[in-house]
Amino acid sequence: MSWIDVGHIDDIPLRGARLVKTVQGCVALFRTGPEEVFAASDTCPHKGGPLSEGIIHGKQVTCPLHNWVFSLETGDAQGADQGHIQTYPLRLEAGRLMLDGAALAKRSAA
Amino acid sequence: MTKQKLVVIGAGMASGRMLENLTEGAPDAWDVTLFNAEPRGNYNRIMLSPVLSGEKSYAEIVTHDAAWYEDKGVTCRFGERVIAIDRAAKTVTGEQGTVAYDKLVIASGSNPFMIPLPGHDLDGVIAYRDLEDTNRMIDIAGNPEAKVVVIGGGLLGLEAAAGLRLRGVDVTVVHIAGHLMERQLDEAAGYLLRRALVDKGITIKCGANSKEILGENGKVKALLLDDGTELPCDLLVMAVGIRPNTALAKESGLAVGRGIHVDDQMVTSDADILAVGECVEHDGAIFGLVAPLYDQATVAAKTLMGQGASFVQKELSTKLKVTGCDLFSAGDFVDGEGREDIVFRDPARGVYKRLVIESNRVIGAVFYGDTTDSSWFFGLIRDKTDISEMRETLIFGPNMQGASVDPMQAVAALPADTEICGCNGVCKGRIVEAIEAGATTLAEVRAQTKASGSCGTCTGLVEQVMAVTLGDAFQMPAAASICGCTDLTHEDVRRLIKSQELKSQDAVWQQLSWKTPNGCHVCRPAINYYLLADWPLEYRDDPQSRFVNERNHANIQKDGTYSVVPRMWGGITTANELRAIADAADKYNVPTVKVTGGQRIDLLGVRKEDLPAIWYDLNQAGMVSGHAYSKGLRTVKTCVGKDHCRFGTQDSTGLGIKLEKLLWGSWTPHKVKLGVSGCPRNCAEATCKDVGIVCVDSGYEVSVAGAAGMDVRETELLGKVATEAEAIELTTAFIQLYRENAKYLDRGYKWVAKVGLDWVKEQVVDDLENRAALIARFELSQSIYRKDPWAEHAVQADKYQPLADLTLEAAE
Ligand SMILES: Cc1cc2nc3c(=O)[nH]c(=O)nc-3n(C[C@H](O)[C@H](O)[C@H](O)COP(=O)(O)OP(=O)(O)OC[C@H]3O[C@@H](n4cnc5c(N)ncnc54)[C@H](O)[C@@H]3O)c2cc1C
Ligand code: SF4
Ligand code: FES
Repeated sequence: MSWIDVGHIDDIPLRGARLVKTVQGCVALFRTGPEEVFAASDTCPHKGGPLSEGIIHGKQVTCPLHNWVFSLETGDAQGADQGHIQTYPLRLEAGRLMLDGAALAKRSAA
Repeated sequence: MTKQKLVVIGAGMASGRMLENLTEGAPDAWDVTLFNAEPRGNYNRIMLSPVLSGEKSYAEIVTHDAAWYEDKGVTCRFGERVIAIDRAAKTVTGEQGTVAYDKLVIASGSNPFMIPLPGHDLDGVIAYRDLEDTNRMIDIAGNPEAKVVVIGGGLLGLEAAAGLRLRGVDVTVVHIAGHLMERQLDEAAGYLLRRALVDKGITIKCGANSKEILGENGKVKALLLDDGTELPCDLLVMAVGIRPNTALAKESGLAVGRGIHVDDQMVTSDADILAVGECVEHDGAIFGLVAPLYDQATVAAKTLMGQGASFVQKELSTKLKVTGCDLFSAGDFVDGEGREDIVFRDPARGVYKRLVIESNRVIGAVFYGDTTDSSWFFGLIRDKTDISEMRETLIFGPNMQGASVDPMQAVAALPADTEICGCNGVCKGRIVEAIEAGATTLAEVRAQTKASGSCGTCTGLVEQVMAVTLGDAFQMPAAASICGCTDLTHEDVRRLIKSQELKSQDAVWQQLSWKTPNGCHVCRPAINYYLLADWPLEYRDDPQSRFVNERNHANIQKDGTYSVVPRMWGGITTANELRAIADAADKYNVPTVKVTGGQRIDLLGVRKEDLPAIWYDLNQAGMVSGHAYSKGLRTVKTCVGKDHCRFGTQDSTGLGIKLEKLLWGSWTPHKVKLGVSGCPRNCAEATCKDVGIVCVDSGYEVSVAGAAGMDVRETELLGKVATEAEAIELTTAFIQLYRENAKYLDRGYKWVAKVGLDWVKEQVVDDLENRAALIARFELSQSIYRKDPWAEHAVQADKYQPLADLTLEAAE
């Protein structure tokens, strides 16, 4: 694994999200608690809604376009909807956000 | 047959109920004249407390208005006090003249007792009895510095104090006994109650003896206690007890003790005169709660109709109508020979229950903090049930008694004479009768029986009786909760945020027992809005609880780009503004420029990263956000009006601009659109807007509750006014009323349909004080929110950029 420092947790508002640009597209970092962040694809599998703009509640995000809800832990759509978003390993070290570059690269291979 | 002449003195709760019974049972037998010293018909006096606290409006508590009496053929002499009764001549003399009677009913209620302390006649010393007193208290609450002292820590005094406190007033209760409500509560329950009230911010002084009321220039200034303490106040409320109002009866020679003597048929010592209500004394007792008065009213009506009926005194129970203080007391609970106590205490939950037992019967009960089973216990007291079999589990309530845990079964098993609604004295049998006679909804049952029509705490029980009686035909109304995170409805939450003074989202989640840690995309925006509308000074808006459009101050489009709409006040623009918009369109490669339906220009297809820059440029040209994305004021559409148009009667464009400059930036439950047309040709299509103003020769017609979206609705007239200033006032007050009362995401027209246009008119057209108060609250909120969000966000441009760009690293 190659951990890449992408910023400080305080750069993301509580219950907000920020984007990280990668060659394959945008990864969203979701801050669900004071010390809790998740990384997942920014793109909703339904019609491509920007998940980073959704409302974040518990450990879930609601897509802003048509209200699909995704678990940020598993990436699975909740409730009756069928769908999945890619999630990525993310480490929090002394407030720094570390994304796994290897996992991001794998995505392009897949 | 000529009608008999009936005169009634007093249009209070007892006489209202009696006339109801009488006009129903013998609609044509009587020619009724009704005198009332108060300048109005009958209202539910016990609901003055919720009016004071702001949980209800006066209009909601009126039970019989002038129209009702007119409909029943009753001649009303409101605002006229009766000054004499001549029993020999059989006449009653009011301030405006004399009328003859065949039968007379005295229902003059009682007078609040004023302790004759020095200074008790100063201006600002009031009782708590009628609408005037209530309004005096509401008025004082308009002054943020005001201090009020309430003398008396009984039911009434505490309701007054709690109501004032809810309106933000600094209140002190001075009580002579060692604990609050000493006639209803024992010390332990009194202590818990005191703690709860202190938590609400009320100062309580027990064991305090008042000595003198101090004044200045004839106005009350402070209360001086025996121990030398001086409590400054701008208003002093005395709530220390009532005395039956017997003066008239006494002067006319009727038998009077503490109250007017009546027999079991409610007839006084004169066979042609009856008396009901708080003014009577029956078998040594006088009355201060409505349940027995309603029984008296029924008996009196039957007596007048020549049907036999007798008034029987029953056990009484009391509740305190203070939100968040659940308290119930019934029967006798003083210590005594042969009496035993069963006490349950859970200090952590603030729950206290005490039963007093004598010869295996419950004779008294005091509950604090958890009163769910109180009606069951009250039944035990009233029916003198032998409890020896269930003594061990008695205190845990009906669910612990044998197998009947199903509340439906329990209700089904209740005998027909079980009282369901205490306020109105309605028993189960009466409700079942109404249902069998065709009532299928709660509203119909309420209309026919009055059950649950007063304080409403028995609504659930009434519904259960309906469910049991109607079986599957009855749909228990599952009041729709906001979302899966709570069982509460929007209306509940709005009320609780106000009454419990919840000022943060965390307070809402905790106090209202949310099932999720921080809500969801459905409830969070609603809660955010409610907090913002109710506590503009204390609560800070939470962008993370807003839908993307409001968070980014632009409309998200299907491809993830945004559309940007600058404000064009009243649809007016300038060459410079147009140039700036054109430049911005060039500079940010805006693919589409469109004129919107609300007379503005929309720049479609802006990338999120560019938002701060385009806002900055538009701000530089003097333009601010058009809030085309917000649940707030959108546009004020105008026509050209009299400056240019040959039909125009007033300056419709100018009024539109004034309104937009006043209202912009305010958050509302849903979007708000306005239109102003210069004449009834209505070129601005004002009659399908949330507020539409049509200028006419004589002034302005302000109409509300229109729509032209998923539903199409024509506005309804709110009022006609002569001046522009009044048109603006009506509009502002209407919008504030909507802000304070509607459920989140209810458009104005939906909300008006729910509350009724008449109610809205009462609030903003008829009641000038209320109109002014609404406008003042709107202004207060606007002092915080009339700000351009673009300007604030343009300086935080980095927030709109990606956190990191790994495109280079990943390429390595
Ligand atoms: C703030 C408040 C809260 C209350 N809360 C509760 C509660 O929760 N539960 C409960 O059971 N009870 C409660 N009560 C008590 C209840 O309201 C009274 O018991 C009930 O209203 C008495 O009814 P009544 O018809 O006898 O008198 P009233 O309703 O007082 O009516 C008497 C009317 O007669 C008029 N009148 C008097 N003299 C004359 C005259 N000479 N000529 C013409 N008109 C005259 C008066 O102006 C008055 O309008 C409360 C009372 C108040 C003030
Ligand atoms: S509404 Fe009347 S005043 Fe306004 S433009 Fe049309 S015709 Fe002229
Ligand atoms: S695009 Fe996300 S729910 Fe439709």
